[in-house]
Amino acid sequence: MENNFENKLNELEKIVSQLENSEISLDEAIKLFEDGVKLSGDCRKILETAERKIKTLTACEDEENG
Amino acid sequence: MNALSVKQLNLFVKSLIEGDARLNNVTVTGEISNFKNHYQSGHFYFTLKDSDASIRCVMFRAYAQRVSFLVNDGQKVVLKGRVSIYEKDGQYQFYAEEMHEQGLGDITLQFQQIKEKLEKEGLFAEENKRPIPKYPKRIAVITSDTGAAVQDILNITERRYPICEIMLCPVAVQGENAVPSMLDALERVYALSNCDTIIIGRGGGSIEDLWAFNSEALARKIYESPIPVISAVGHETDFTICDFVADLRAPTPSAAAELCVPDKNELLSLLEKRIALLKGALLAKANYSRAKLEALTQKTVLSNPLLITQKRSEEVDYLTEKLMSAFSFILNKEKGRLYESIARLDALSPLKVLSRGYAIAEVDGKTLKSVTEIENGEKFKLKLRDGSINCTVDSKEI
Repeated sequence: MENNFENKLNELEKIVSQLENSEISLDEAIKLFEDGVKLSGDCRKILETAERKIKTLTACEDEENG
Repeated sequence: MNALSVKQLNLFVKSLIEGDARLNNVTVTGEISNFKNHYQSGHFYFTLKDSDASIRCVMFRAYAQRVSFLVNDGQKVVLKGRVSIYEKDGQYQFYAEEMHEQGLGDITLQFQQIKEKLEKEGLFAEENKRPIPKYPKRIAVITSDTGAAVQDILNITERRYPICEIMLCPVAVQGENAVPSMLDALERVYALSNCDTIIIGRGGGSIEDLWAFNSEALARKIYESPIPVISAVGHETDFTICDFVADLRAPTPSAAAELCVPDKNELLSLLEKRIALLKGALLAKANYSRAKLEALTQKTVLSNPLLITQKRSEEVDYLTEKLMSAFSFILNKEKGRLYESIARLDALSPLKVLSRGYAIAEVDGKTLKSVTEIENGEKFKLKLRDGSINCTVDSKEI
């Protein structure tokens, strides 16, 4: 679970390079695109959660210091 | 004539005297006069005399230290030692190695006998001596409750270390009752087993007054003590069996009190020094830790933690964009193919022909391509651009 983000990012990278290879069929491309969009969304969500956490933590600290 | 030097002569006589076995181990008795305790070397110089004669005597420090009484002019003593010549001035003299008071006779002999016996048994052995507790809670004082000794002990312990309790065990310190009462007191202190140290002793007195402290029974009882014993009998020059068997000999009762408790003022100043050290150390540690913390927080990851996610965010954006463009590329390519097919389909569409005014004849959904495919009177459908007409064949022309 810790490498979830990394794994997802790697997966996305792989999908992009598969899509860039124009030999694949449309059906395959659609399937890959759907997967890719989902992965991209997941990655964003993980990052947003992390960012929120960091902001909360630094906010607490500021309050303590203030 | 063959002449000797003076030195040679003296050395020759010296060698003759020192070669004599009897002169090497002589016991002689007489009265001391001209006594000098050399303050630097610690050697004794004196003359031993009787009514008819005198001899110069030396007692070197190593031996003089063992003399257990204060030496005075006029004192009658028994000396043990050897005879020799001091070649510098040709004086023949007595080199004393032991000195005993004469006249004490029996008593001294008895003392020596007890001392030797107990020493042989190991009651005085250094390795059996225990250290005196540094911070005693309770001290048993076995002495007379009427003497100056008990007052000295109480005063000094009160002044130096008032938190220490003194348990006073009044005993007879001289006379017939002395030994039994001291044995009894020791027994009771051992049984109570709530003391850290015992002081046993008395103030100064004659050798007869101090005699109880040479008791063999008392010595053995002290040797059995479960806790350290300080002996404090008489003055600095008085030695008793009790002193030898005790864990520590104090020269006087006052000295015993000083030896068995610490000084509160010294302790307080030591405590203050330690507290200052502690404070300093704590402060240094806090400063060090604060500096370390500051250095850490100033690192980018902590001062701007969002950089961690920002970098990752860029990666995700980059890949997402690539995903989109790669997919739209494929999509556009497929779209192109589709439009091309539609155009071609469109070009071939029969509807296009109908729109120009042509019609299609069909029988049961089948297009008529020749007049031979239908007979007179049969029905057929004529399809136009916007609908169809139901017709019947009247006649055919070829």
